[in-house]
Amino acid sequence: MKKLVYAEIEGKSKGFLKLAGGLLALIGIALSAAYYMEHNGHIVTGMNNQIVWGLPHVFAIFLIVAASGALNVASISSVFGKTAYKPLAPLSGLVSIALLLGGLSILLLDLGRPDRLIVAMTHYNFSSIFTWNILLYNGFFAIVIVYLWTLMEGQYNKYSRHAGMVAFVWRLILTTGTGSIFGFLVARETYDAAIMAPMFIVMSFSFGLAVFILILYASYHCTGRPLGMSTMKRLKNLLGVFVAGVMFLVTIFHLTNLYAAEHDSVEHFMLSGSGYAFIFWFFQIGLGSILPLVYFYHSKFKDNVKYMLRGAGLVILGGFSQLYVIIIGGQAYPLELFPGYEVSSSFYDGEVAKYFPSLPEILLGIGGIAIALFVVLFAIKLLKFLPVSLADEDVDPHYKVKSTD
Amino acid sequence: MNQAKDLSDHSRRKFIGGSVGVAGAMLIGPGIFLHQVQAKPDGEAVTNKVRWGMLVDTSKCATGCDDCVNACAKENGWANETGPNEVNVQWIRKVDLKDKKTGREASLPVMCQHCAEPPCVDVCPTGASFKREDGIVLVDKHTCIGCRYCMMACPYKARSFVHSPVENHDDYMPRGMGVVESCTFCVHLVDKDKSPACVTSCKEKALLFGDLNNKNSEIAIRVAKENSRQIRQDLKTDPGIRYQGI
Repeated sequence: MKKLVYAEIEGKSKGFLKLAGGLLALIGIALSAAYYMEHNGHIVTGMNNQIVWGLPHVFAIFLIVAASGALNVASISSVFGKTAYKPLAPLSGLVSIALLLGGLSILLLDLGRPDRLIVAMTHYNFSSIFTWNILLYNGFFAIVIVYLWTLMEGQYNKYSRHAGMVAFVWRLILTTGTGSIFGFLVARETYDAAIMAPMFIVMSFSFGLAVFILILYASYHCTGRPLGMSTMKRLKNLLGVFVAGVMFLVTIFHLTNLYAAEHDSVEHFMLSGSGYAFIFWFFQIGLGSILPLVYFYHSKFKDNVKYMLRGAGLVILGGFSQLYVIIIGGQAYPLELFPGYEVSSSFYDGEVAKYFPSLPEILLGIGGIAIALFVVLFAIKLLKFLPVSLADEDVDPHYKVKSTD
Repeated sequence: MNQAKDLSDHSRRKFIGGSVGVAGAMLIGPGIFLHQVQAKPDGEAVTNKVRWGMLVDTSKCATGCDDCVNACAKENGWANETGPNEVNVQWIRKVDLKDKKTGREASLPVMCQHCAEPPCVDVCPTGASFKREDGIVLVDKHTCIGCRYCMMACPYKARSFVHSPVENHDDYMPRGMGVVESCTFCVHLVDKDKSPACVTSCKEKALLFGDLNNKNSEIAIRVAKENSRQIRQDLKTDPGIRYQGI
């Protein structure tokens, strides 16, 4: 392996300017959408008093979960000492910060009173998992920035292993916190499960790596820098393991519920008796899990970079679908206040809640993604996040061994 | 000379201090002080010697009667939102029940259950959801950020988010777009030794309000002698509202 050389991207091409301009336009549109929502109230959204968290939360939680997962590449290098991942570590840290920023921006702009951010930052209720998440998110920013510093500043490289360890532990706690937002909701049958925390952790591995693969490829493809197949193969093989891991935990979650007679009704709703069941089977499991595994491991596709990228894209689609089913589907299923009774009321008791996402919500969600991508774009132009070459001969520790075979 | 300088410094400090104080008070806003819930009796804090509660006798509660809902809406200023619309605010609603096995029917009001262990208070990140010492669960409208986590956590679907601008709310019951609200047990009446609007509006006397901790109160005597239950007792949130006949 040669000594790695990192360099900023030039960032003067028409393509760069178009991309930056496009992302800024999307951010502007999202801010306008948020202003429209705040000015008129949430009545202009698809959310209501039955489905209180809508599409913005799907986007936000996807980005937040993916953020912690995107850091994994760096953790594998610093914590587990895998040298093949070392060149990717700075970009991994950057993507994680950018995704978190995008996700939190959406959450903030969707609040009923976003102008009260200062209240959220000064009034803490420590029995709330939300409060813990606020602290965990802020801590994540601080720790990953320090970690990036140790990675990118030569004289502090010796501390990168320790900083990486702290970041790794912190990100595990952070995703535990995100999963527990749902896991701690004892009142709702669709949540209230300790498995939510580990499931969200493995989801983060999967979604974060899928996003990372696409950003990595786009960065190298668009700047004409070499990106070797060994790096791509290693990443997609790892992604396949994570996708299978998510499927395993999803299976256990549903099997546990199916075993208990009290959950028959909710499992029927989620797995066969609703539109959410279609999203689950077709998008989450079919397109978002099984097809990527075929792309990653079937001999016909596994060495083709096009299918690696398609697979990563499908994992992201599956991730959105999974969160849509968890967040929206979980609220749509009626709360059971009176077991054994048929119920009806003017407040939709006993009814499956309806939800149709509105344009402002969609635009706000897309704006969050645009914020994340713009931060990455801006940072790789400003600082040396990307190695000049990720060609196999430059970064693959086994390259010479293979070439002499 | 030095003394004169000291005096001038002193008055300057006084002026700056006063200005900062006035500016601070203006920034914090008059609403916080003017709309604060009064303790009962005036000037004294509420204590946990009292546990306000309600007993609902479903055998007296008529199907189709919405008097309690309408009285609450009028008293608390959400009367324009009583229609069947997913975004409308509903602090209290009538729920009709039918036993799936026997077919027996019942009707009853459901509102904030004023739990002893309220999940909404646990999950609120800013502490805007809080429980008074006397058991009444409220939302501080000035520190609610509108995250709606309390609505996700409430087992009784008792909370509503205000989706559109609010006009002409009463001073004793501040309301505003972008925050969460729910039944307050008509705290502004209870603190004046009156019963909540839903209770006084019920012609059938199906609702009984009182202090569950006072062994001599009618409600405490009745719950001690007569069968009653809480909604979702299995969750052990210990609601202050009990129901008979279901």
